[in-house]
Amino acid sequence: MTEVSIFSLVTGICVGLSAGYLGSLMVLKKMALVGDALSHVALPGLALSILLGFNPFLGAFAFLFGSAVIIWRIERVTKLSIETIVGALFTLALAAGILMIPEPELLEALFGNITNVSLTDTAIALVVSAIAIFFTKTIYSKIVLGMISEELAKSTGLDVDRTNLLYLLLVSLAVAIGIRIVGTLLVGFLVVVPAATAKNVSSNLFRYSILSSILGSISSASGVLLSSFLGLPSGPLIVLSGISIFLIAVLARWLRIQLP
Amino acid sequence: MNQSIKDDTTDYILEVSNLTVNLQNQIILDNISFKLKRGTTLAIVGPNGAGKTVLFRALLNLLPYRGKIEWSKGVKIGYVPQRVSIGDIPISVQEFLSFKESSNMAGCLGAQDCLSLVGLDSGQLSNKELRVLSGGQLQRVLIAWAIADRPDVLLFDEPTAGVDLDSEEAIYEMLNRLEKENQITVLLISHDIHVVRDYSEYMLALNRSVIYFGGSEKIADPSLLEKIYGSGTVMKTRKERG
Repeated sequence: MTEVSIFSLVTGICVGLSAGYLGSLMVLKKMALVGDALSHVALPGLALSILLGFNPFLGAFAFLFGSAVIIWRIERVTKLSIETIVGALFTLALAAGILMIPEPELLEALFGNITNVSLTDTAIALVVSAIAIFFTKTIYSKIVLGMISEELAKSTGLDVDRTNLLYLLLVSLAVAIGIRIVGTLLVGFLVVVPAATAKNVSSNLFRYSILSSILGSISSASGVLLSSFLGLPSGPLIVLSGISIFLIAVLARWLRIQLP
Repeated sequence: MNQSIKDDTTDYILEVSNLTVNLQNQIILDNISFKLKRGTTLAIVGPNGAGKTVLFRALLNLLPYRGKIEWSKGVKIGYVPQRVSIGDIPISVQEFLSFKESSNMAGCLGAQDCLSLVGLDSGQLSNKELRVLSGGQLQRVLIAWAIADRPDVLLFDEPTAGVDLDSEEAIYEMLNRLEKENQITVLLISHDIHVVRDYSEYMLALNRSVIYFGGSEKIADPSLLEKIYGSGTVMKTRKERG
């Protein structure tokens, strides 16, 4: 195994863990598609980093968090649904990003690439995932309480709006590191599918969130490994491994219901 | 309209004066004033859209208002909302109750203790998911949540909506017991004459402004009912409505 494949494997595991963990909240908040569409907003950020020569993570994160704040603000002020706002922003960002990114790098930005993951990328992924998971853990119960009843949450003195903003910031972090290996078009997968699989088989929040992170990391690790063996882009392979796990879980559940 | 239940030497836990709530340029509550004695139960009645839930939200400081709401110093409030949306969140009873413990550590009852206070078997229920509980069980779990940090006041927004009659009876009996044993002041919103008459000492009839505030026995007065709900109204118990 080469150094690069070890870096990309470690990056993949970190990305899968954090995206799976944060995604478990995204799916409960019925924001799965928002998470998916939000990731596309990173494209113009990536374009700028390529054109100006700075770390793509920074460009992606700046755009993701910027859009997250805009969405958060517009939702509070206009009461439009998040879906509508994200839908409008995402198509704009995708269009702008595709026009801005030089063609040779476009495929990599859209579908991910593990062949040039550096030590710096791996270190960023490690640190950022740890931060994202740590802070998400501290607000996890608050977010769930806010979903069950906003009034109940507020009556315990919780600032629901601020907690949601912090959560969007953390999602932006997790998605920004995910883009490296899965690409902007497919990174939404890591937020949605592991959580959907875990929800199918969990009877409490603890199991659900842990299982979602583990499934996220298994999907991305197996995708990265397949990618380095087959020489194909990592993003689609990660998605295919994750979807296979999802289908197995659905089938297992179905069989358990069918069999006496 | 500043009506008080007893003279000014009484120990009031809540004093509301000239409370007005304006939402999206509509007056929802208009100049509400009343006082509530510690350890009593107040039923809030009124037609749909009368502002009952908004009054609760103002009392909990969840929305902007004009006027004065004064809780006695250091009072702890427990709240059971009208609706919660569990949806398909995979959360166990124990996990839900632990949220309260983590948000309010000092003097908080454990999940087991609050479940037994509301007459639920913690051994059987702790690990069950909230989404599979019956309406009555869920309501009791919410009450358990509300009493976990030993509040002085409980606010119930239609505590038995969506609960079968037997469970409703049991929930009110339990509320009554909690109130007596722990000197808890209870404010509840109800549409049921039987609940107002049998489980509350006082009644606040609301339709944007205060129509009546005083002893709950007045609920049986047809002229007052007409004033609250309009002419031809006969307020029945849930049992009578079938």
